[in-house]
Amino acid sequence: MPFMDNILRFRDDAAHDEPAVTLDSFLGQSNATAVRIEAGDDARALLPYLDRIALVEVSFPKFRDGRGYSSARVLREAGYTGELRAQGDVLVDQIPLMRRCGFDSFAPEAPVDEAVLTASLARYEHVYQAAADAQTPVWKRRHG
Amino acid sequence: MKILTGNDLASGDVTWWTGEGWSRHVEDAVDVGDQGEAIAHAEEGARRVNAPYVIDATLTDAGPRPAHIKDRVRALGPTVRPDLTLKPADPNAGSWVI
Amino acid sequence: MYKYDNYDQAIVDARVEEFRDQVKRRLAGQITEDQFKPLRLMNGLYLQLHAYMLRVAVPYGTMDSRQMHMLAHIARKYDRDYGHFTTRQNLQYNWIKLEDAPDILADLASVEMHAIQTSGNCIRNISSDQYAGAAADEVADPRPWAELLRQWSTFHPEFSYLPRKFKIAVIASDEDRAAMRLHDIGIQLVERDGVLGGKVFVGGGMGRTPMIAPEIKDFVGADDLLSYIEACLRVYNRYGRRDNIYKARIKILVHEIGADEYRRQVEEEFIEVKKLGIDPPQAEFDRIAAFFAPPAFEAGLSNEIDRSDPDFAVWLDQNVVAHKAAGYAIVNISLKPQGGIPGDASSAQIDLMADLAKEYSFDELRVTHAQNIVLPHVRKADLYAVWQKLADAGLAEANLDLISDIIACPGLDYCSLANARSIPVAQKISTRFADLGRQRELGELKLKISGCINACGHHHAGHIGILGVDRKGTENYQLLLGGSGAEDVSLAKITGPGFSEDGIVDAVETATNVYLAQRTEGERFVDTYRRIGMEPFKDALYG
Repeated sequence: MPFMDNILRFRDDAAHDEPAVTLDSFLGQSNATAVRIEAGDDARALLPYLDRIALVEVSFPKFRDGRGYSSARVLREAGYTGELRAQGDVLVDQIPLMRRCGFDSFAPEAPVDEAVLTASLARYEHVYQAAADAQTPVWKRRHG
Repeated sequence: MKILTGNDLASGDVTWWTGEGWSRHVEDAVDVGDQGEAIAHAEEGARRVNAPYVIDATLTDAGPRPAHIKDRVRALGPTVRPDLTLKPADPNAGSWVI
Repeated sequence: MYKYDNYDQAIVDARVEEFRDQVKRRLAGQITEDQFKPLRLMNGLYLQLHAYMLRVAVPYGTMDSRQMHMLAHIARKYDRDYGHFTTRQNLQYNWIKLEDAPDILADLASVEMHAIQTSGNCIRNISSDQYAGAAADEVADPRPWAELLRQWSTFHPEFSYLPRKFKIAVIASDEDRAAMRLHDIGIQLVERDGVLGGKVFVGGGMGRTPMIAPEIKDFVGADDLLSYIEACLRVYNRYGRRDNIYKARIKILVHEIGADEYRRQVEEEFIEVKKLGIDPPQAEFDRIAAFFAPPAFEAGLSNEIDRSDPDFAVWLDQNVVAHKAAGYAIVNISLKPQGGIPGDASSAQIDLMADLAKEYSFDELRVTHAQNIVLPHVRKADLYAVWQKLADAGLAEANLDLISDIIACPGLDYCSLANARSIPVAQKISTRFADLGRQRELGELKLKISGCINACGHHHAGHIGILGVDRKGTENYQLLLGGSGAEDVSLAKITGPGFSEDGIVDAVETATNVYLAQRTEGERFVDTYRRIGMEPFKDALYG
């Protein structure tokens, strides 16, 4: 599993090294390329700027706070292709769902057991619904 | 008195701290004084108990009696199924709870 | 009935293995209880007063005999020989060992069952009308829609950590037998210009802040259903309150911003979501619907029933209702014997009901939100034989919708959230009104008891509701009047100061006496209450 500097990445490109700025400061300056959005921030505020953003870091203050899953999908649905990182209280059992929502980078506060993660990511061969990843929902498999 | 209770991690059984370990019988519970939180923390870390907490109880001739009805229900079993309680042979066991 | 294909089976099997691994990690100390709790809850495993409790999903309340037999088998093998049918059309086991839970899930998976999302802050088991496919008044069978929603909601990647739990009901008739408008989302199937669609209500619920769901969308076609519901959930996931667990349900969001603003936001989101292609094609809907095609009802059956046995005749009048097919009837099996525990059934009783379904009801059973069981398709000619077998097993109580057909949560006898016991109150009331003639004289009277404000016993929706509270360490019971979970949906109001355990039984009797004295021809208890108001009841109770 590609762990580098405590960041788990599912991307081939080089890690973005510019520090992420808050949504407010991003919206107030024109040249930042990395932005951090808090759980309660409206990810749609970033939509006009997607083509110049290389990294969006979505904060998970508590693992129970699921707002970031929607933020991720909103960004991917709008065509964002840059790095989308889940940062904070991110648990190993949540990473498969986050992958489905479009996250391709993870910065968990607590270490993740790589063997458990590998097993989790391989566990479900099929999914019921379309989401922000490339998996084919079973209804599509059923009907060719 | 203060007594310490929780559930066995694997079986879920209600258990009471005896000073040396865990018993299913509230009669075996001992006064933990101000050590309850510390014991709970250590025992939970060792996975010998799940969700432990300290409660008030009074010492009676029959042993510790939890102050709150919820813990008396836990100590005995469901009042509506005497056969499933820890005292199935005692038809009046439920009156201890109320 | 829906049957799993290889995809459905693979997903449920994978879940068993995932949970087996999670339990192993918990027992080995690799994850803490705080981290494990949401994982076990999403598999329906709670830690209750006496042990772990496992809640098994019965999707939209429908089962076949093989599944019902498995529930009995699990009760026998892993629990204490009984199960508890719940107001969410599910079944709960009260004495489960954590180390057994993965094996139980494997047993369930072998009969196409699971405990997925029966707890946790996710989309719960989809509930529906227990008479689906049998009722004469439905525009269509609602279960294909419910199954579509079941699959869509299973492991939904975006909606597994919602602000709070989320309950969806689907019905298809004007008569509401599923308390549809007391759900987070209630869908009523309607026909418009010959096309079937859903009328969508959002933001209902009971709990500490009961609310009746307002209508948010008058018509959503099958081809838009999942997109529209996804939009409803996304607005909630993004903007539902997370600062206060007691204000985190969608009803609070809808209430605080208003139904119109919520609707506007959903419509805006729906435009985005609809572009994503998340709705399956008509062929998938048709594939699911085919499983719910009506069974092969025999034509030309007689509607005659021999009523010469008077006990049978009483049961027939009370517990058997009209079926859409001539010569058939819907049988309600009451799990409310006099002095018994509402919703509980022994393994032997569960097996017997399964056998009856196999022999007499096209192998189908239903669980009702009132904690009873239904045999949906019984030939009228077989009713007497069915009744005799039920009577032998203590399952022929003829009290459907009468005062002793009580909904009650497990209460403080089992539940760690409860403040007071519910079951003993139910037992005392059903014993006080043991005379069936007296019950029938009182007519339809829905009595519902909760042991805390979370309202699992639906007390807000009772014609008579009872709420158990803790008053300085003593159980105390508040009386509520005038609620309904049916199409005449309303929220019950508290009469005044609470009562002791025996006092509440007297208070219920007092309220029924007011009704008997004041009613006019044809009025039910709740009708009289609505006409004369609270005052006459208060005068009698406290005057």
